[in-house]
This record gives sequence, C-alpha cells and structure tokens, in this order.
Amino acid sequence: MTLALEQVLNGFQFGIMLFLMAAGLTLIFGIMNVINLAHGSLYMIGAYAAALVAARTGSFLLAVPAGLIAGALAGLIIEFLVIRKLYDRDHLQQVLATFGLILFINEGTTMLFGRTPLFVSMPPFLSGSVEIIPGIPYPTYRIAIMVVGLLVALGLYLLVNKTRIGMLVRAGSTHREMVRALGVDIRMLYTIVFALGALLAGLAGLMAGPLLAVQVGMGEQILILTFVVVVIGGLGSIRGAFYGALIVGVTDTLLRAFLPGFLKTFMNASEADALGAGLSSMGIYMVMALVLLIRPQGLFHAQG
Amino acid sequence: MLKVDEKYVGQVDMPSSRNWWPVIGTVVFVLCAAAFPAFAKAIGDPSLIGLAIRISIYAIAAASLNLILGYGGMISFGHAAYFGIGGYVVGILYHHFVEGSPFLGFIPGTNQFLITIPAAIIISGLFALVLGALSLRTSGVPFIMITLAFAQMLFFLFLSLKAYGGDDGLIVRRRNVLFDLNMADDTTFFYLTIGLAILYFIAFARLVRSPFGLVLGGIRQNERRMAAIGVSTYQYKLTAFVIAGMGAGLAGALMANYSKFVSPDMLHWTKSGDLMIMIIIGGTGTLLGPALGAVVLIGLETFLTSWTEHWKFILGPILIVIVLFSSGGLTSLFQGWSRKRE
Repeated sequence: MTLALEQVLNGFQFGIMLFLMAAGLTLIFGIMNVINLAHGSLYMIGAYAAALVAARTGSFLLAVPAGLIAGALAGLIIEFLVIRKLYDRDHLQQVLATFGLILFINEGTTMLFGRTPLFVSMPPFLSGSVEIIPGIPYPTYRIAIMVVGLLVALGLYLLVNKTRIGMLVRAGSTHREMVRALGVDIRMLYTIVFALGALLAGLAGLMAGPLLAVQVGMGEQILILTFVVVVIGGLGSIRGAFYGALIVGVTDTLLRAFLPGFLKTFMNASEADALGAGLSSMGIYMVMALVLLIRPQGLFHAQG
Repeated sequence: MLKVDEKYVGQVDMPSSRNWWPVIGTVVFVLCAAAFPAFAKAIGDPSLIGLAIRISIYAIAAASLNLILGYGGMISFGHAAYFGIGGYVVGILYHHFVEGSPFLGFIPGTNQFLITIPAAIIISGLFALVLGALSLRTSGVPFIMITLAFAQMLFFLFLSLKAYGGDDGLIVRRRNVLFDLNMADDTTFFYLTIGLAILYFIAFARLVRSPFGLVLGGIRQNERRMAAIGVSTYQYKLTAFVIAGMGAGLAGALMANYSKFVSPDMLHWTKSGDLMIMIIIGGTGTLLGPALGAVVLIGLETFLTSWTEHWKFILGPILIVIVLFSSGGLTSLFQGWSRKRE
C-alpha cells in the first residue's frame, strides 16, 4: 500500500514535469499555430546548461538560472532565425524545419559533449527525504519539483487569465487577425510567448537533471510523451495540458511499477520483465487511443 | 463567383492529346537501369549497386507516404511504423521457418519471396487500417502528433519482444527464395528491386490520376467542399492511408531482404522524418519527387558520412534552408517532366 502511494506520488511528479513541457508547447501552438518539434531540444539545452554549471561550480543555486537562461536564450535565437519565418507556412514545413533544428542541435551537442551521459548530483539541501504522510519517507527533491510545478501552473493561470499579456494571448488564440488589426504588436507577443515556452522547457530540463541521465536524445523522448499529453488534454488548452500531464504521468509510472510484477504471477520472470516493460510503455498510447475514440478533440478542448 | 483552379482542371488529360513523354521516359529509365550493374562494375565500384537498391527501396517508401502527405494533405509522422512492420513480417516468418515452429501456434514460417512479400503488404495494411481509423478522427496538428505517438508505441512493442531479438533485432541469414534466382547476388536483387519499384511507380501514377486520386486531391484542397458534394471523406482518407501503409510494408519487406536484418530502428521516428525529408527535397505531391528525394538524401548521407560522422549537423541546416527558401522542391526545377500539383 505504501509502495502504491509512493508510486502515485512519483507519477504525479512525472506528470508535473510533463506539464511544464506541454504548457509551453500548447501555448505556442494556441497563439501562433506553430508546431515546434524543437521544444524537446530546448529541454535538453536547459538540462545540459544546468548540468555543466553544476559540475563546474558545484552549486545548484547557480545551475538553476543557468538552465533557465540557456533555455530562454536558445528559444529566442531559434524564434528569431527560424520559427519567425514559419508562422504563415503550412504545418508540413513547420515540422520539417523544426526537425532540421533537432538534427542540428542534437548532433552539435554530441560534438561538443560526446555521447556519454552527464550525471548531476542532487543539491545537498534537497537530498534528504520527508515524511509527508506518516510512515512514508519521500525524497525532498521530488517534492520540490511538485511545488515548483504547481506554482508555475498557478502563475500561468494568473498570467493568462488576469493580466494584459494573458488577455492578448487569449485573444490571439481565438482571433489572430483581429488582434493584429487592432494594432497590437503581434510579433512582440509571439516572441514573448515563445520565450516563455522555452523558459518552461528549460526549467523542466534543469529539474530533470538530478533524476535522469542528461544525454542527447532526452528531448525527443519527452517530446513524444508531451504530444500524447497534448492530444489527451486537447490542443491549445493549458488546463487540458495540466490534467493530461497528470493522467499520463500517473498511468505511465503505475504501469511501469506494477505490470511486470503482475505478469510474473503467470509467466517466467525474465519474459515478464521484458513484456511488462514493453506493454507499460505502450499503456499511455492506449489511453490516447481511448480518448480519441470518445473525444477526438481531447478532454478539454475549450480554449483557456 | 465559383473559382475554378485552372491547374487542377488541367490535370485531367484529354484522351486525344495523349502525352508520350512518360512512356518514353520509362523506357529510357528501364534501359539505364538494365545497364547500371555492368556500368558500376566497369568503373570498379560495385558498391554502387547496393546504394541503388537502397535508393529504390526508399523511393517506394517515400512515394507511399507521399500519397497521403502530398496528394491527400494528411501529414503522417509515423510512416516508418509500416516500413518496420513489413520488415518484421519477413524477419519473423524467416525466424519461424528456421526454427520450424509455427507463429502463434498455427502459422508456419516461410522463406518464399512470393509469400512473405504479399504477407508483409497485407499485415502493414491491416495495421494502417486500425491506426489510421483512430488517427483520422482528428486532423491538422493533432494528427501529426498522434501518428507519431502510435508509431512510437509500435517501436516500444518491438523493442520489448525478446522472442524476436528485442532491441538487438532479428538476423535473416539468407534472403527469401524466388524461383531459382540467385538472390544472394546483389545484381539479381537489384534487378528485382528496381523492377518492383518501376511497377510500383507506374501503378502509383495510374492511382493518382484515377477518380480516386482526384477525389483525394480535392479533399486536400478543401475537405469541407468535398463533403458538401457528397463524398464521404473519412473513407477516402482511410483508404489512402491503408494503401500508403501497404506501400511502406512492401518497402520494409524488401529492405529486410536486402540488409538481411530487421531491428526496431526501422520503426524509429527519425526514419519517418527521413521519409518526409525525401518528399520535401523532391517536391511534395509530385510523382517522381520522392524518388529524386531518395537519391539526394541517400546520396548526401553516403557522401557526407565518408567525410564526417556528424553529417546530420550539416543536413539539419540544409533542410531548414530548403524549407524556408524553396517552395516546390527539386522537381519544380524540372517542370517539364513532372507537374506540380499545387
């Protein structure tokens, strides 16, 4: 029971990470109508920047701004050089140009830092564990991730619903032409939103560092999961991204934790492990198929 | 006023003004292909034959994707899945043929080319039917994401099938048997592959000029209008999706035979990206664009890898430049022999 509860928390924490990615992706799509495959690369850049700074200085507190700035800066450069020219193009061209970006960034990272994964040590003040529920010690770092993620979610909610920029974002995602006609500097707005999405991807990347191996290809792994989240939640909806991320995070974690054990009750151990791993990584796609059957537009299609 | 797309009307050839250029072109190409192995040996580079085999296989795969992507306007980012399934059908049937054990307890393994290839085509088509039926419930960007996600799902499935090698893949020790041909010889296999590719492209050309192909083009241009004149667009799109999946299955089965190896890498999402790159390099929605794209991409890969292992560092910017600054791909430079469909 305690194990199950711990795994639910792990799933929740994974979901929060996915939310940070999905929120940026869906925000960028919602307002600019751009599909950005390189969003995963921004995540990777954030993770690498944080890992390198942490390794050089030994300070996690310096690694945090490094990851954030690297993510946002890379986002700004990409937006300025490539994405800006893609706003009025069709989706195929957006997919291919951003695919080109992935090839370039991944290969460039391999050339600079090699193929060996970087490992980031846990910051000392977060490396302990806390008993949030009596009897279950839970790693402080994961709790910190959840707190940060929830704060970001709250901040995004306030930003989108209560501020002038948020008002323009909402207006831009429903009637882009009208906002432009009313004299709003839509280019500036696009750049701000893109940088914000990149910042969130960098944040997810830097937080993932101590939990996962920082390596080339990590971006695409999370990108495809983010797509599943966005499809389940409904494209363009931040609320949908939040719930979709939690569904995917918890489902994936629970299946990985318990399916092999369940299969072992009627198969031999090594086959059960392999099949369980395969089936559990397929689980979230099954959820996605189910959502498509019931609500093709996603669970929370409404804008907002 | 009703706006008529002049170029589109121009697609329907009048029977009286039959254009002989495609026939002449095909004959010339067949003659060149027939002479190619001798030419490659004469200049002392027989490895060119293998290169040509890979190019023709990828040309089939890219063309099959082009049916839905270029002609039908459905941007599938998971086409490598059907390529991989075609390969795995060959691999798994061979595996059971060697072991002598039946697949799923009742399907005997085989190494007969005339059985494995149709089987690969049919199985890929069935997968495309199921996944397409689900994916086509959406369109636009969600469709791109969903096709990518389903392909990734199949990738993980094959990754976890330890019985068929898991991430190590399956080795097909000998190519499938076809009559008394010496399939191990690359020249024989080249003639077989290029022959199938030519037949595939002829069938493809007829398909896109058929009423079915015209409806598909109409759906790409304006799906709502097609629905309004009474076309059940979902069924047309699904049929095209299945045909495309079958084509990729054929290509995958040929690839498994050529490389004598199948692995989950055949289903990897970057492979789907490669197929899309071939199409955009050659020109979307053109008959020969994907073939030209396959020549350029495989050629570029071979050329650049001999120079640096980080060739994708160069390919990425090339791709971005092509997308940003050219609109019709390479075939737009040769408007005479391949008309663009925009």
